[in-house]
Amino acid sequence: MAERHLVAQHGQAVAGKADALDQPSGGISLEIVGVSKRFLARGRMVEALAPVDLQVKAGELICLLGPSGCGKSTLLSIIAGLEPPSGGLIRAGGRKVQGPGIDRVLLFQEAALFPWLDVQHNVAFGLRQAGMPEAERMRMAREYLELVHLSGFEHSYVHQLSGGMRQRVALARALVLNPAVLLMDEPFGALDALTRDKLQIELETIWAATGKTILFVTHNVREAVALGDRVLVFSPRPGRIIQEFSITLPRPRSLEHHQTIDQAREILAVLHAGQRPDEEANDEW
Amino acid sequence: MSGEMTTMLAEQPHLGRARVMPWIRRLIFYLILLSIWEGIVRLEIWPPYLFPGPLIVANALWEGVTQGLFLPATLVSLRRLAIGYSISLSLGLVLGLLLGRNKLIQETVGSLVLGMQALPSVCWLPLAILWFGLNERAIIFVVVLGALFSITLGVEAGVKNTPPVYLKAARNLGARGVRLYTQVLLPAALPAILNGLKQGWSFAWRSLMAGELLYYTLSLGNLLQTGRDLNDAAQVMAVMVMIVIVGVTIDQILFAPIERRVRERWGLA
Repeated sequence: MAERHLVAQHGQAVAGKADALDQPSGGISLEIVGVSKRFLARGRMVEALAPVDLQVKAGELICLLGPSGCGKSTLLSIIAGLEPPSGGLIRAGGRKVQGPGIDRVLLFQEAALFPWLDVQHNVAFGLRQAGMPEAERMRMAREYLELVHLSGFEHSYVHQLSGGMRQRVALARALVLNPAVLLMDEPFGALDALTRDKLQIELETIWAATGKTILFVTHNVREAVALGDRVLVFSPRPGRIIQEFSITLPRPRSLEHHQTIDQAREILAVLHAGQRPDEEANDEW
Repeated sequence: MSGEMTTMLAEQPHLGRARVMPWIRRLIFYLILLSIWEGIVRLEIWPPYLFPGPLIVANALWEGVTQGLFLPATLVSLRRLAIGYSISLSLGLVLGLLLGRNKLIQETVGSLVLGMQALPSVCWLPLAILWFGLNERAIIFVVVLGALFSITLGVEAGVKNTPPVYLKAARNLGARGVRLYTQVLLPAALPAILNGLKQGWSFAWRSLMAGELLYYTLSLGNLLQTGRDLNDAAQVMAVMVMIVIVGVTIDQILFAPIERRVRERWGLA
């Protein structure tokens, strides 16, 4: 509860800065219209993503589930504006996406923190790009490190942090920009189960307090059920959405609750049915 | 959460002793070395003007410094080195970034740089003398070519080995244009760049000495040459000691702090 409070406070603090950074607060809607991706690999055209259509409401938390290499990450990258789609278009908050923007921040599985900067400067990186003065951005970085429970690690370097701590820093680095959309590409995938559960709960708390739109890619079916308003199941390459599940279980959802497990089992069946027989079913649940 | 931190702190008390011991061992080694040297000299196999003992060399070093010869010579050499190395650094950074980021330049200029790297830069000296005359510019030219390709290749390697995810993350957080280079690509490549800088530095230093051996104005290289002309092995050895001192000092002042920082930040052993 105290945490929720903190987030609300910070929400206000950031809203005060909104004119300086020209940012929206809260979530925005996403429209994904016929987005596809092809690329050349060793002289062959590879279709990574079949045309995908998807409507995401502002403040919705959607989990994307599917086998490795099915194009989920590519889709997030395209929404982030880091690579162009081969076809189709994306509208974020009604405006066409034409490149990267700090209203949509991507979080990577490997955290992608900069090893040449200490924790505090990592968190402040985006603010520096936005032209915020040094003292101000250091203050905000400290606030957001407190939010992710990493006070006292401001001057640590990346190699001194555990995997879970790195993801917390990455989360702070994203949240400090007050993005309307968080695009999370298996951010907890490499973590141990305990750390993962903790971070899931914290993410849900932050989401509930800020109302951000979140797209969350995962391999883990139960994680998807525990977090998502909706779970979208992707087919193997070329990725397309084969089925959509609305999860109406009450929050917060326990990973061990039988309803979560039942729902996960149902989704897992669809996931396996969509997989080619020659492929290993490597998804965890 | 702070498991790694506590183990790091636990090792602190031994650090003081661990730091002093190597120095003591080093001191003993050099004392033994100097005694052997002095012992051989005392056997009087070679005349002292060809093979002077450590005391005579130390005396020559002292006189060289106090008579106002060695320090001005060192300054002349350092000035050339500073000019030449700065030029190499600026060109090498730009060239290395271009090579690392552009496939066409990599395929064409890249092969040329590799070839040039195989050519000892002293080989440029005759050509440089033909072009510029035997003067300051010829020497600096050779110094520039000595360091340039090492620096270029170091920057190129660093840029190429930078995980693309850093650039993605940086663009995602709002970094654009030149800032991607100055705030992401270059710092990310720093460990590899540093190797190139160090190698370039030592090549520049060697090239400078070779160039100065031929060029008759006061400089460290030239003092070696005059020592030979005067049949004064003590001066030659004293200048050699001077050259080692300057080289080691600059390495300690210039590169050691950057290296320490890189190790600390990246967590390299």
